[in-house]
Amino acid sequence: MCSRYPEIGVLRWRRIQGGAVVAGMLMSFTAGAAAPPLRICADPDNPPFSQRDQSGFENRIAQLLADDLKRPLQYTWLRDRRGFVRKTIGAGLCDLIVGVPVGFPTLRTSLAYYRSTYYFVNRRDDATPLVSFEDPHLLHRRIGVQLIGIDPGTSPVGLALARHGATEHVVGFTAASDDRPPAERMVQAVAEGTLDSALVWGPQAGHFVQQSPVPLRLDRVQVPADLAQLPFQFAIAMGVRQDDEALLNDVNSFLIRRRTEIDAMLAARSVPRTDLRGQP
Amino acid sequence: MAARDHASTRFSPLAEITTDNVSKLRPAFTFSTGVARGHEGAPIVIGGTMYLQAPYPNDLYALDLTQAGAPVKWKFEPKPDPGAQGVACCDVVNRGVAYADGRIYMNTLDAQTLAVDAETGREVWRTKLGDVSKGETITMAPLVVKDKLLVGNSGAEMGVRGWLTALDLKTGKIAWRAYATGPDKDVLIGPGFKPFYEGDKGKDLGMTTWPPDAWKIGGGTVWGWISYDAELDLIYYGTANPGPWNAEQRPGDNKWTAGIFARRPDTGEAIWFYQYAPHDLHDYNGTNENVLLELVIEGRQRKVLVHPDRNGYVYVIDRASGEGLSATPFVKVTTSTGIDLRSGRPKLNPKTEPRTGEVVRDVCPASPGGKDWQPSAWSPRTQLLYMPHQNLCQDMTTFQASYIAGTPYLGAEVTMYPGPGGHRGVFGAWDPVKARMVWSIKERFPVWSGALATAGDVVFYGTMEGWFKAVDARSGKLLWQHKTGSGIVGQPISYLGPDGKQYIAVMSGVGGWAGAVVSKDLDTRDASAAKGFAGAMRDLPQHTTKGGALYVFSLP
Repeated sequence: MCSRYPEIGVLRWRRIQGGAVVAGMLMSFTAGAAAPPLRICADPDNPPFSQRDQSGFENRIAQLLADDLKRPLQYTWLRDRRGFVRKTIGAGLCDLIVGVPVGFPTLRTSLAYYRSTYYFVNRRDDATPLVSFEDPHLLHRRIGVQLIGIDPGTSPVGLALARHGATEHVVGFTAASDDRPPAERMVQAVAEGTLDSALVWGPQAGHFVQQSPVPLRLDRVQVPADLAQLPFQFAIAMGVRQDDEALLNDVNSFLIRRRTEIDAMLAARSVPRTDLRGQP
Repeated sequence: MAARDHASTRFSPLAEITTDNVSKLRPAFTFSTGVARGHEGAPIVIGGTMYLQAPYPNDLYALDLTQAGAPVKWKFEPKPDPGAQGVACCDVVNRGVAYADGRIYMNTLDAQTLAVDAETGREVWRTKLGDVSKGETITMAPLVVKDKLLVGNSGAEMGVRGWLTALDLKTGKIAWRAYATGPDKDVLIGPGFKPFYEGDKGKDLGMTTWPPDAWKIGGGTVWGWISYDAELDLIYYGTANPGPWNAEQRPGDNKWTAGIFARRPDTGEAIWFYQYAPHDLHDYNGTNENVLLELVIEGRQRKVLVHPDRNGYVYVIDRASGEGLSATPFVKVTTSTGIDLRSGRPKLNPKTEPRTGEVVRDVCPASPGGKDWQPSAWSPRTQLLYMPHQNLCQDMTTFQASYIAGTPYLGAEVTMYPGPGGHRGVFGAWDPVKARMVWSIKERFPVWSGALATAGDVVFYGTMEGWFKAVDARSGKLLWQHKTGSGIVGQPISYLGPDGKQYIAVMSGVGGWAGAVVSKDLDTRDASAAKGFAGAMRDLPQHTTKGGALYVFSLP
């Protein structure tokens, strides 16, 4: 699965290239040039990724990156909705987006710094929690899933539900401009009992399940046999402009050298990962 | 009204400009709107004043045609919510205004309808019809029918539930609203609903042909054209594609999306419905124009409507009963092998059904359809329908990692390319009785402008390179052309000036879905931008630049 993505494991053999870049950068600083700001576009209210008070894990990683590059951090805030990349980095407002899937079409993506997957969210007190698309109760449960909207594409979990016949009681959550993030609303609906289960992307599932006043459980989605060719896991990287080779090299070098600290920041926000040993 | 008459013919009875003298046509005056986005609108002329509305921020101008150079009489700024720009699917376009009883009626992108005093430019009333934060916008031109103003919404891609709303002309109060999905009472289906086909009969089909609750965000918006037959007292309009679910997640016919309604204008009561694309798979909206004609079909004079659909067929439908009389392809079609007129349904080709995880090639017509919003014109003199349209096919693949609100998903890569012949646009003259193309002109880019037919047997249209062209209505021979400042995606009109001369007017200003690569500065290296349209328009920036202006022409 996902062998087409450059994974964390692959990072190691690229270390030499990264080291060379760092040397070049240091030389430019000793020449006394004023460091230009590291311009980042981010959502002001999208926990656990990014928040205006810079408490999101992407904000913390961005700060670490800026400090590492000895450049001041500068934010442009916009809700992460349709057209986010076009209206931000595409409009020249910033140079970097901290989290995008590897291979994101309009950007040059760095090496991946974590990989996650989708999770089933159920209440702990649920005697028959939904943990598989093969569950005989699948068709009768009220299940929340995020809708995509504009794209002729789909979410892999939404497609898995449809291919297994679950369309009757599936509830779609759209990312409208002013609403709370769909993941937050879905997890809340499970806690309140208006949904039986939800299918949520890992980082959001980890965060909102931990925040929930009602005890909830997380179960990693196992790819159904009939959809083995579909990706459910996604490797997440940083995105820069297609032609911004210099920043890409800086970012790749940073991701290799500061990996332990990045891992700790992800762990601090309960990001469930599939690229680490011993993870569920 | 933008389409000149309630039958939506776009035929001007003016005949000063003829096939013999059109070559002498020259600019009379021009006017810059100062807006650099797609100008899909139509100016209208009332007495000695021309009214035109620009794309977002939707400023309305009155130009004094009695003065040399047509100076601005007044300008009205509706000041729409800037947030509307972010939710509009395909550029921040506006398709025109309407006039009645001394007032101009206009829509704004942030889903408001306004009445403005035509003499003074002062606001008379304003009604908020939709919610931008839910993805609702308005881009269509309103239509005045009797004492009502008819307005529909845009935004099916965003999970907007489509509707057509009638406002009281005097006060702006909502008289009725007919939804495109949901229970019969919301769709205004009652005992008077008599659809022709069995598949459209039954209780609450706007709910039961969807997974439960999916209809609540089911699309079927009304962003195209409305026609009106005063004798039958029926309005006709199309509904957009279903949304926002992936097709596999919304099993069923998804009524009442991607079809046409006939309704009573006073009450909104539905009389019949015909669905072009039950369970639409290809973004084939049903919102294209319906031209109301009297045609002799198989020896019988019939009241019909002619509708060139996105799916590549020209439909001729009995407009009293809703019976399909013929449906003939006007472009290469691979998504279906014909229309079964006994059921009204297309005979779908399973090979071109998009299926996640598979590559589907040679899908024709592409998502913008054989023809999109750009309205045709009808000449009663030649009995031909002049159709601006495109010639595009597409390949679809999934598995591209995309991202929204912090959540990855499987994006689709849609690659559009020219259909047979290698040209992307066609301007053609269609005979709806013989069901064949009489002549056609190939254009490099999709012909995204409207058409205008005149009694001088001259037909006008614009190209995305910016050429405004006059052709012979009978032969299609190019008689005159003028290069405007930007690509043309507007609707040409003809009017009688205060000086008694015939004028031809059109707005230039590239944009819209097809022109977004220029008006929105999209990255042409990203073939999937603008839902795959950018890839097919990669060379447009080499042929035109953005900028909105009105051009008006007359004989010397």
